[in-house]
Amino acid sequence: MTERYVVAIDQGTTSTRCIVFDRRGQLVSLAQQEHKQYYPRPGWVEHDAAEIWRNVERLGPEALRRAGATIDQVAAVGIANQRETTVLWDRATGNPVGHAVVWQDTRTDTMVGQLDAAPGAEGVRHRSALPLATYFSGPRIRWMLDHHPGLRERAERGEVLFGTMETWLIWNLTGGLHVTDVTNASRTLLLDVHTLDWSAESLAFFGIPRAMLPEVRPSIGVFGTATAAFPGVRIGAALGDQQAALFGQTCFAPGEAKCTYGTGSFLLLNTGAELVRSTHGLLSTVAYQIEGEPAAYALEGSIAITGSLVQWFRDQLELIASAPEIETLARTVTDNGGCYIVPAFSGLYAPYWRSEARGVIVGLTSYITKGHLARAVLEASAWQTREVVDAMNADSGLALKTLRVDGGMTSDNLLMQFVADVLDVPVVRPLAAETVSLGAAYGAGLAVGYWPDLEGLRQNWHRAGQWLPTMEPAKRESEYANWQRAVSRTFDWIQA
Amino acid sequence: MPGTVQSIERAAAVLRLLAGGNGRLSLGEIARSLDLAKGTTHGILRTLRKVGFVEQDRLSGHYQLGAAMLRLGTGYLDVNELRSRSINWADPLASRSGEAVRIGTVLDGQVLVVHHVFRPDDTFQTLDVGSLLPMHATALGKSLLAYGAAPPASLDRFTSRTIGTQRELAQALRLVRENGWSCDIEELTPGEASVAAPIRAYGGLVVGAIGISGHVERLCDSRYHPLPHLVATVRDAARAVSRDLGAARR
Ligand SMILES: Nc1ncnc2c1ncn2[C@@H]1O[C@H](COP(=O)(O)OP(=O)(O)OP(=O)(O)O)[C@@H](O)[C@H]1O
Ligand SMILES: [Mg+2]
Repeated sequence: MTERYVVAIDQGTTSTRCIVFDRRGQLVSLAQQEHKQYYPRPGWVEHDAAEIWRNVERLGPEALRRAGATIDQVAAVGIANQRETTVLWDRATGNPVGHAVVWQDTRTDTMVGQLDAAPGAEGVRHRSALPLATYFSGPRIRWMLDHHPGLRERAERGEVLFGTMETWLIWNLTGGLHVTDVTNASRTLLLDVHTLDWSAESLAFFGIPRAMLPEVRPSIGVFGTATAAFPGVRIGAALGDQQAALFGQTCFAPGEAKCTYGTGSFLLLNTGAELVRSTHGLLSTVAYQIEGEPAAYALEGSIAITGSLVQWFRDQLELIASAPEIETLARTVTDNGGCYIVPAFSGLYAPYWRSEARGVIVGLTSYITKGHLARAVLEASAWQTREVVDAMNADSGLALKTLRVDGGMTSDNLLMQFVADVLDVPVVRPLAAETVSLGAAYGAGLAVGYWPDLEGLRQNWHRAGQWLPTMEPAKRESEYANWQRAVSRTFDWIQA
Repeated sequence: MPGTVQSIERAAAVLRLLAGGNGRLSLGEIARSLDLAKGTTHGILRTLRKVGFVEQDRLSGHYQLGAAMLRLGTGYLDVNELRSRSINWADPLASRSGEAVRIGTVLDGQVLVVHHVFRPDDTFQTLDVGSLLPMHATALGKSLLAYGAAPPASLDRFTSRTIGTQRELAQALRLVRENGWSCDIEELTPGEASVAAPIRAYGGLVVGAIGISGHVERLCDSRYHPLPHLVATVRDAARAVSRDLGAARR
């Protein structure tokens, strides 16, 4: 019998990966390509959606070639994607309208400020279970409709379509299917998270025509059959990357949580069939929905800048040549020397939601070396995790007992040890660093019967590494107090 | 001059030019100075850039000597980068073999453990990244020794099976080079065995080793030979990491 595989597409913020997985959920091959980041103005971040599609078209066959597999050995393909990034395109030609506006982009801040105070905002917040923030897609659609002459009329006639990245990819993979999944839809501010469909009131509030929106589907279930990149293969799942990582970590039961360390970091706690509203600055979001079953929800602590602070240290300050060298540099000193970096580059997300905040480096003295700065960079990721964990504990009334982690930064031992130290709980890495892709593969495999059930997938989860807390409680408390004072220095920087 | 490689001569000339010049040079300046075609010069610069001997300024596009040139002889691949680049292949190796995985590199005549994946049975285990192992008594160490690492001065004995003489060691390393993989059978700890293979970067340079370790009954047959399918799995993982690090396919 020839081996069969499931392929995942992980369309991320900095790169796109195609990964081939086997029945044990192990990586067989990987093909990866970065795409260009456009920063046309301060606070603006854009991608070229056409470039991203070309990458997927090339990486799919490349990953299969590296696995030594043929297309008929692929049981299904699953998609995980950067969330909230907004693409508009012409229905007739398939050409994108301008660049895609990326989730980190803050161009809508003034508009969001006005909308937040407008009548009807409370209803939007209630139906979407989200705060009004520049982070989400809805305001971006409105911005694009306002700034491209004639676009609104064309959108009303259904000639211009909206999608997040998975919608754009499925459109291209299938040659014209216009669909999204509930997890991505739950990040637009336009979805009613109870009915799991677009809210007419929210659409009216933002002035967005219904005709341009995709159909909302469950995350796990056959969306259609690909005609490009993977011709003849069924698309079995689409999930936002963070929800995919939750699924890949097999956090299927209420109370199970993970944190993914990539460009930003995202702590998600499965809350089951119940939508829990945070009173401590977290978001409520759809975790996943299997076709024919009710949706599972999650509480989310979103941190905008973690890995991208390391990237900034590498590319803008040029103090290291590669991201992992931050650990080497940080180990040249034994502590942060009193220095703290709060990377509020796009304001602060959870639990503060302060769009007017900007980054600071505090505690500078002549004593500080680049080694101390490297420590401060890594520690910032850990302290930001501590803040969202505290919020989650407060919301759920339960204390987190261990933290499951994944993503590129988990290869950093110094960072993982520091996370364990500041949380005072064990930090555990599973036997699959590419958990985002694994989650998409799991979903797609379930949809086509490649894997029978969730319980079987749980058997694949194994502990690959663990870091135990060793920090003295007094030190933890004083360092946390310093961090929080540093955070308070970022507030109110941008003045209206 | 018979037996010399022209492109290497030209590359050496480029490096001398950059080392002697004042600051950064453009492609055109380099090509003109050496009387080479721009296309040829660009190919040489691209290769030198890939191996880190030359860096290109992001804004001006001008070239200068790379940091790796200054660090020649001190090991060029950062250990944390080696871990980061191999993590995706170490996990499947642990899953397929059912054993713990370690990646090692040379540090002062010993094996420095740079990455460790637990045996995937969810029992309590402790990360030993950063610990040091003896070169001559571990599969990781033998893979490193066989391909250029300086041999240890003294061969400490850990068990009755530990290699005790330089002659024995030389013979064992010859076998490693012949096979392309290494093993230790109860040479460090009674009841324990390990199997490893070299990790290569560009040009075939060995920069580390990846291997599994566990109970000798699980890793070996009744004649104390490592099981062929485990050896194949280890070698596949080593090749996958090597390919990602830029080694040619073999
Ligand atoms: N050893 C390391 N120490 C610290 N940071 C690291 C290390 N290795 C990688 N990173 C950081 O991790 C990030 C890459 O992780 P990962 O590959 O999971 O992100 P990503 O999937 O590319 O993100 P996205 O999906 O948003 O594109 C980069 O921002 C990089 O700076
Ligand atoms: Mg990612």
